[in-house]
Amino acid sequence: MSIYTSTEPSISSFNSPNYNPQLVQGVNTVLVIGSGGLSIGQAGEFDYSGSQAIKALRESNIKTILINPNIATNQTSHSLADRVYYLPVTPEYITYIIEREHPDAILLTFGGQTGLNCGIALDQSGILAKYGVKVLGTPISTLITSEDRDRFATALKQINIPIAESVACETVETTLDAAKKIGYPVIVRSAFALGGLGSGFANNEDELRQLASQSLALAPQILVEKSLKGWKEVEYEVVRDRANNCITVCNMENFDPLGVHTGDSIVFAPSQTLSDEEFHMLRSAAIKIIRHLGVIGECNVQYALQPDGLDYRVIEVNARLSRSSALASKATGYPLAYTAAKIALGYTLPELPNPITKTTVANFEPSLDYIVAKIPKWDLAKFQYVDRSIGSSMKSVGEVMAIGRNYEEAFQKALRQIDPSMLGFQGSPDEFATKEELDNALANPTDRRVLAIGQAMIHEGYSVDTIHDLSKIDKWFLYKCENIVEVYKALFNVTSLDQLTKELLTKAKKLGFSDKQIVKSISSDLNQSELDIRKLRKSYGIVPFVKRIDTLAAEFPAMTNYLYTTYNAVKSDVEFNENGMLVLGSGVYRIGSSVEFDWCAVNTANTLRKEGKKTIMINYNPETVSTDFDEVDRLYFEELSFERVMDIYELEQSEGCIISVGGQQPQNIALSLFENGCNILGTSPMDIDKAENRHKFSTILDSIRVDQPEWSELSSMEEANKFALKVGFPVLIRPSYVLSGAAMSVVNDVDELKVKLSLASDISPDHPVVMSKFIEGAQEIDVDAVAYKGKVLVHAISEHIENAGIHSGDASLILPPQHLSNDTKRELKDIADKVAIAWNITGPFNMQIIKDGKKPLKVIECNIRASRSFPFVSKVLGVNFIEVAVKAFLGGDKVPEPVDLMMDRQYNYVATKVPQFSFTRLAGADPFLGVEMASTGEVASFGKDYLESYWTAIQSTMNFKVPLPPSGILFGGDLSKDHLGNVAHELEGLGFHFFAPNEKTKEYLAKYIKKDITVEILDFPKNDNKKIRALFEDNDIKCVFNLASKRAENTDDQDYQMRRQAIDFALPLFNEPQTAQLFAKALHAKIGEKVELLKADNKKIPSEVLSWEEFLGYKAI
Amino acid sequence: MSKAIFNIQNGPTFEGISFGAEKSIAGEAVFTTSLVGYPESMTDPSYRGQILVFTQPLIGNYGVPDGTARDEFNLLKYFESPHAHVIGIVVAEYAYKYSHWNAIESLAQWCQREGVAAITGVDTRAVVQYLREEGSSLGRITIGNDTPCEYFDPMATHLVEQVTTKKPFHVASTLKNPVANIALIDCGVKENIIRCLAIRGANVTVFPCDFKIQEVADQFDGIFLSNGPGDPAMNVKTISNLRELLNNPNFDKIPIFGICLGHQLLALASGAKTTKLKYGNRAHNIPVMDLITGQCHITSQNHGYAVDVETLPKDQWKPYFINLNDQSNEGMIHLTKPIFSTQFHPEAKGGPLDTDIMFDKFFHNIEVFKAQKNDLKMEQPLKSTNLKQLNLNIDVLAKERVLL
Repeated sequence: MSIYTSTEPSISSFNSPNYNPQLVQGVNTVLVIGSGGLSIGQAGEFDYSGSQAIKALRESNIKTILINPNIATNQTSHSLADRVYYLPVTPEYITYIIEREHPDAILLTFGGQTGLNCGIALDQSGILAKYGVKVLGTPISTLITSEDRDRFATALKQINIPIAESVACETVETTLDAAKKIGYPVIVRSAFALGGLGSGFANNEDELRQLASQSLALAPQILVEKSLKGWKEVEYEVVRDRANNCITVCNMENFDPLGVHTGDSIVFAPSQTLSDEEFHMLRSAAIKIIRHLGVIGECNVQYALQPDGLDYRVIEVNARLSRSSALASKATGYPLAYTAAKIALGYTLPELPNPITKTTVANFEPSLDYIVAKIPKWDLAKFQYVDRSIGSSMKSVGEVMAIGRNYEEAFQKALRQIDPSMLGFQGSPDEFATKEELDNALANPTDRRVLAIGQAMIHEGYSVDTIHDLSKIDKWFLYKCENIVEVYKALFNVTSLDQLTKELLTKAKKLGFSDKQIVKSISSDLNQSELDIRKLRKSYGIVPFVKRIDTLAAEFPAMTNYLYTTYNAVKSDVEFNENGMLVLGSGVYRIGSSVEFDWCAVNTANTLRKEGKKTIMINYNPETVSTDFDEVDRLYFEELSFERVMDIYELEQSEGCIISVGGQQPQNIALSLFENGCNILGTSPMDIDKAENRHKFSTILDSIRVDQPEWSELSSMEEANKFALKVGFPVLIRPSYVLSGAAMSVVNDVDELKVKLSLASDISPDHPVVMSKFIEGAQEIDVDAVAYKGKVLVHAISEHIENAGIHSGDASLILPPQHLSNDTKRELKDIADKVAIAWNITGPFNMQIIKDGKKPLKVIECNIRASRSFPFVSKVLGVNFIEVAVKAFLGGDKVPEPVDLMMDRQYNYVATKVPQFSFTRLAGADPFLGVEMASTGEVASFGKDYLESYWTAIQSTMNFKVPLPPSGILFGGDLSKDHLGNVAHELEGLGFHFFAPNEKTKEYLAKYIKKDITVEILDFPKNDNKKIRALFEDNDIKCVFNLASKRAENTDDQDYQMRRQAIDFALPLFNEPQTAQLFAKALHAKIGEKVELLKADNKKIPSEVLSWEEFLGYKAI
Repeated sequence: MSKAIFNIQNGPTFEGISFGAEKSIAGEAVFTTSLVGYPESMTDPSYRGQILVFTQPLIGNYGVPDGTARDEFNLLKYFESPHAHVIGIVVAEYAYKYSHWNAIESLAQWCQREGVAAITGVDTRAVVQYLREEGSSLGRITIGNDTPCEYFDPMATHLVEQVTTKKPFHVASTLKNPVANIALIDCGVKENIIRCLAIRGANVTVFPCDFKIQEVADQFDGIFLSNGPGDPAMNVKTISNLRELLNNPNFDKIPIFGICLGHQLLALASGAKTTKLKYGNRAHNIPVMDLITGQCHITSQNHGYAVDVETLPKDQWKPYFINLNDQSNEGMIHLTKPIFSTQFHPEAKGGPLDTDIMFDKFFHNIEVFKAQKNDLKMEQPLKSTNLKQLNLNIDVLAKERVLL
């Protein structure tokens, strides 16, 4: 029975006297399911959509309870949710919360695939019915239909909507049979998977056999479909209310034809190559589908469209908020998640105002008078052995969105947003060495295809037709790229300054060229700099204009604050009279910089607003809350380049600029902004530079007598060798200006040094390498702090579980620290004080410090900006470090009194933050932890002690299944230390079966095992996944401990294979000694209780199930 | 590539590049916020005499399809009439190279053939903001060094006369047993309207705008009033014909359906008034609410005038639809007779297809009417008196619009 009293429309609109919404009765408390740690395929977009949903509920005076262990998110804040649980998003834990809180209703469609899967499981287990929890929005039966391909196919057949012919299979053999019938090439998808996990193409039986066995390890059911490679891919975002009113908010067209997962595709909105007939054929089908399925809320429909006719297929329907819906929201200005939440409560579309215009209704379809480009961000170079091809399984870790008035402007902006090293649409003459390589790169999509198009067009003279034949990319997109190439050619010919005419510059700027791109294109003999170009074009009066995003192409007046810049205009939409404060956001999510910096940016803007300041946000990441237009006074959805930030600063006559809350990216342009007269709040960029420059940094540390590992800057191989021999291996090598450990590595001997240095960069006086002594076995500590004029106001000390050597972003953090003496804490505070004074810090900073026995503490890293752990320490300690930082920026009587949160306060709880990895999605990548960061997200949980908080946190990582006795545990890896043995010792007697890959490991383990347990040897076949899989299955292996001391040297390495198989079969893998031992301890302590809790008649709620407020004893930030 | 200038009378001037006909023009400047469908819009007779500004910044992407291709009803497959009716277009960026499987030429080539002036490189958002604030204005496009045209207001002329078929023509159903015979008053009908009727199994006889429909109405199962350009009040003859039709009690049962101008003419014939909107509604995204059921639809629209709902005779009519953006009238329905009309375009082309249910409703009314006729044995042979105007023998009627 529907929870909606009426499914009939009524003559009720928000702006009429008949307004009479019929809301779902008896809904006062709603449980909102979050999506957990950021991972590939399920990232920041769910912080954004969940936050909007909570805002919408709060506005309707509904109390929200949120479960989400992703502590860095904006939604896990008391300014949004009334109650927050940092617990695993699993049916088990959601059940505990339902039992404790008795919510009236639940929202399942704002937490990605994780939320959806939990909802279906909870419904099937009868929990929702038992506690009378209403499912708001799209009913469970619809969710199941959209997820189960068989049911889905049947449903669409009923309404004559064509879908890609697809056969559901549950075994490898049936898969092969199905493919034989359909005909190769085929595509394999797994049901109930997020972001295309376990999907791929197979051209023949061998490929399919391999793919199917892997996919079936991840999902109970897979689907085989005819491949429609080369067809256009188009998506529609559709909204439906309980009264059957339907709108399509946005359509989007992929640059990459079908075959590349939409999350990994370059996408444009609205569609550009579709005629009215095609556009509306697919639009009508989308509405027909959503009505037939009975979605109440938001839904995404993906199509394959014949490139030379009107045939089409539905590829997929997501009956929930998705990455695409986040993109569509930002692309149009239409807040999809907010609207979907209101609809879930029973509002109809005409009963809601368009939040942009406030005068028109939400029941309309946005019209865009600009074009939006989305480009995914891959970080594949960070992984060893990873397969760089992109296809039906998503690999990107983030995405950017750019807005322009033409294709070229949007496309070039977006390309630069991906990475500051990109100039725009570009190609080098030698990225792909041979014609064969280049053709291959054009035909087979990888993360570098757009560079291949650049090379082919700019340097190799490929025609549009040739590129189209190879890539199947619609010629329209390629013609547009050709327009960019024409301007390049004109610029290449500029050999004197008078050739850089006003006309040429205007054309280049209109087609999205940056000043830097122009200067790099003209003859280098001219000795021009980016700033010279800036000056020249300004002298011609060539400056960008500011346009509004208003959802209706200027048809009605809308005073929106959602803005972008363009050169394709003659006037600006806004007046520049607010002198607002610029806040620079974090840009694209990538490994090392994600939602935590969005939290920092959002909290900065909030605090500034509370302090009465006008705020201007600059960011270009569609997955963020900071790009929600109601978070700030003005939102520029724009590049975070020096050029663009300076443009906006000058146009807005901004009061100042905050560069230290968005991570490394804004930090990198701080000095240029400062040198060009920009008022930078907080620590002077000159002082920041002294921390980023290794020499200056070290000299200052010496001068204030703070210890550091021995280091040197080296510009030749010889020097490098000499230094390494002097301090002794291992050594750490890295370039200056480090972001998430790019190109950093630990080197153990001379040979390795040679290899690494030739790989990292060509070592030379222009490209020196910094080398430092790598201290093994030391403890690492993170200090986050805020200072005012050199005086520390607050600080937090988090201890790492892993030893130094694991990138701090991949480390598990415990706060408050549990193993540090008061003396150490005092010493740490002392270092923080000294550093704050030495750099004259005002605002946030973060240090990593190592503790090696009784020796003095050594600083290994210092960043004068907010760090990744700011939201974590703020939420655990109950003090918003960003708020303190902003008050420090503003100075005067705003600045709070210093407080020592580490010494002067008692905490009867502990929180642990653990990394979230996405190795599952990166086929082939070695799941190894080192100085280069590999995690894509993080989660944190509280507990009464650190064992409990770690136990909960580790279960909060995605798809973590606690191994239950009598399953098998596989041991392997480094036998030179006691760690693995300790783990085995800890786990003996719990009823697990122990396995080892060889006699050596078995003998080693025997030394640690006291009880009478046999270790069985599993004989691993090489490169035969099927047999390995059978081995795992037959022995019921449910957990792998493989402690690697270094990266595998090749893919035949047995340890690599063991680690990789654990990932591919979705088993818990522990590859680092400290966390392995801690998990073993936790398992020892908790497994008995867990077995009891999982029994059907269990009535007990485990002690870790407490809300954030309950742990702290008060309602924090 | 000549330079071109787009002026708005008493308003701003925009410089750009000409890509259409080398012909300077003047007319009324209006804008559409539709994202797709430029060939459909430009061949829509309702745009007669207008300079159309597209807010969608990228135009010409998918070229222009074959304007002579015909479907199974001998109707134009891709165009809404045989030729372009806009006299000029203003775009932010023209796609010099197009890509589409059914395009046969570029928008520029087509504009040049059709004599449509076209200017690219204009900040169309700035144009829209001006028109939105100041209301629909007169505009002109001047090509190269031409002497600018005098501003000219096409709304002061009888535009419908220019676009209506000169003689009746007949579009036959492909069914062996057609379900209805429909008379269509052509004030500038879009091909797809005829198709929407034919595809439901009707024979459609299309009459010139001033044809005395009241004299042949009894030969038909339903009467359709088409869309068209300009000020509805200009259509004096058509309005008086309609008034006679409505006032004749013999025709109380005959279903009538009007779209856009057809809706306005029906209102005028009933004694209501129309007003000129500030800048009109030309878009594919306009929400309307059915005031009977409360259901909302997204509609395709193209009109500069609207029915003043306050002037509708309340004893005969009630408003049927309302525009949820500006609360303007979007349709009316007769209290007792099977007559209704919509301001929006249920036939779309371009635009959303949500409201083609209106044609189903019309056919439902026709079905009811035919059943009544059978019951009352009202079926009568063609009266000779009605042949005064024209020979209605369908075999001798033209099979497509008669333009000259």
